[in-house]
Amino acid sequence: MNKTTKSNLITYGMVIILFAVMQILVMGGHISSLLQGLLVPLCAYIILAVSLNLTVGILGELSLGHAGFMCVGAFTSAFFSKCMAEVIPVAGARYLLAILIGAASAGICGILIGIPVLRLKGDYLAIVTLAFGEIIKNIVNILFIGRDEAGFHFSTKDTLSLGLSTDGEVIVNGPQGITGTPKDSTFAIGVILILITLFFVLNLIHSRSGRAIMAIRDNRIAAESIGINITKYKLMAFSISASLAGVAGVIYAHNLATLTAQPKNFGYNMSIMILVFVVLGGIGNIRGSIIAAVVLTLLPELLRGLSDYRMLIYAIVLIAMMLFNWSPKAIAWREQYSAKFKQGKQKEAA
Amino acid sequence: MSFISYLINGISLGSVYAIIALGYTMVYGIAKMLNFAHGDVIMIGAYVVMASVTRAGIPPFAAILISIVFCTALGVVIETVAYRPLLNAASSLAVLITAIGVSYLLQNIALLIFGANTISFASVVPVPAIVLADGALTITGETIVTIACCIVIMAALMLFIKKSKAGQAMLAVSEDKGAAQLMGINVNGTIALTFAIGSALAAVAGVLLCSAYPTLTPYTGAMPGIKAFVAAVFGGIGSIPGALIGGILLGVIEIFGKAYISSQMADAIVFGVLIVILLVKPAGILGKNIQEKV
Repeated sequence: MNKTTKSNLITYGMVIILFAVMQILVMGGHISSLLQGLLVPLCAYIILAVSLNLTVGILGELSLGHAGFMCVGAFTSAFFSKCMAEVIPVAGARYLLAILIGAASAGICGILIGIPVLRLKGDYLAIVTLAFGEIIKNIVNILFIGRDEAGFHFSTKDTLSLGLSTDGEVIVNGPQGITGTPKDSTFAIGVILILITLFFVLNLIHSRSGRAIMAIRDNRIAAESIGINITKYKLMAFSISASLAGVAGVIYAHNLATLTAQPKNFGYNMSIMILVFVVLGGIGNIRGSIIAAVVLTLLPELLRGLSDYRMLIYAIVLIAMMLFNWSPKAIAWREQYSAKFKQGKQKEAA
Repeated sequence: MSFISYLINGISLGSVYAIIALGYTMVYGIAKMLNFAHGDVIMIGAYVVMASVTRAGIPPFAAILISIVFCTALGVVIETVAYRPLLNAASSLAVLITAIGVSYLLQNIALLIFGANTISFASVVPVPAIVLADGALTITGETIVTIACCIVIMAALMLFIKKSKAGQAMLAVSEDKGAAQLMGINVNGTIALTFAIGSALAAVAGVLLCSAYPTLTPYTGAMPGIKAFVAAVFGGIGSIPGALIGGILLGVIEIFGKAYISSQMADAIVFGVLIVILLVKPAGILGKNIQEKV
């Protein structure tokens, strides 16, 4: 078994062990209902973190609009599930289709946004992706879609201007969002989707395309001069990342009775939170993203006993961890310390 | 007449964005970092004024001075404790995430001290409104003071950077840190000075913003902060006249979008225009497009 396969298997194993531990704790009744309610969103966050790591870590471009793609996936899939709730009564088949639709729509959005945006560099790219995320959220908030015998009706004003017949129903209700999406997401499905996401991303990284993408990250001009098609591979990584974010959106949407697009869940705050997972877990390190997503999602809940102070402590922990992890002085100190530790061990052995 | 009134409102809002954008643009120019906590310094500045006026009974003018001093100190402390250790970190994202952490920290401190409720902010501007054209056009005192402040601050800052030694040092550090250090410039001190100026401007912007839109919550600073950053990118980040042009353009677009197209879509319109401008001029309106050489 070579090193890559081993490392990949450790990542898969970690997710499965996490699932088993959580399942045992839930069955034993050791977990509060609040924490249990976090398990499905946690799966969505892990997928988001892994997919953003593909953009930030592997492609090397900073994106602050990841929540926008999640929003697209969430709303298209919730729309589909609500429309098809009676046509396809089997929850599993409907959910599978919803995932495919969510992933496809977010992926198409990724391509459409990626074509113009990926020409920009660095912080400009970051601010434009942030802008796109906000625009998507804004559009969803003014969108009204209803359905009656005559088919679908669209409006950007209010439910009245849809002109529905008496037994028509409003499906997307502007700022009130989509109500009554079937609650199909479970923790087990979420974990299976995490494993599929990991399979996709890890295989991509170690494939020919993945190496091309990393070559672009390390030196764009050198990569171009050996014949790598920059636009193609950039767009490929970006759209795959977007469609995986769409999958996370599907999980997220099918866990809520009412899906609305608010600054809290689909705004830039969300994109930033995912970026925090990625950077804290280690840029380009897929396993680190998973660990950071789990720790940082559960941390505020575990600190709940501290009530008002929990977010304050979260902020301080975040700053302290960043300083400890990244400051050149802290890194030098850690290296010195670990060198001393190793020396001590050698002396003991001798 | 309503067109002129919208235009003036837009310029006024744009002036606030421009003052905030200055803080972003100067810090970006010199430290190459997005200071995400800048918007929250605005919020802290407004809270300090509110607390000193309503709770301590200090006259408004003195309260503004206290707020400026407080925010300046805050900016320098944030820079020294949270950002300076990471300025030479391997990834430029590290300092960005720390800035996000500082932003959370400031918001939660404000939340603990003042609570989550919206506080109505009594305007501290003593200038009366001007009524023109037989009452068809009213320009509020806040608008006049905001625009005047913006012009004065811009002029003073340009003069400071062109004429003073510290200003020249700032230009040198933003051009090349290493070379500046070899010329005997105190790089860390210059960066701290930049943060101090940016934070002082944030305090002023906070007072002006909350005088015009008299509500204050711990999250007041976040959206204007992001918009001002967009304004800085608009005009070409790192350029001071660019921040002015970007800020005013953004304010006018936002007010016109709200008035003539859709009030819910105003943000989307602002961001849409940003995207179009960046696609045409990838470094912003006044930004320099640096050709990459191998």
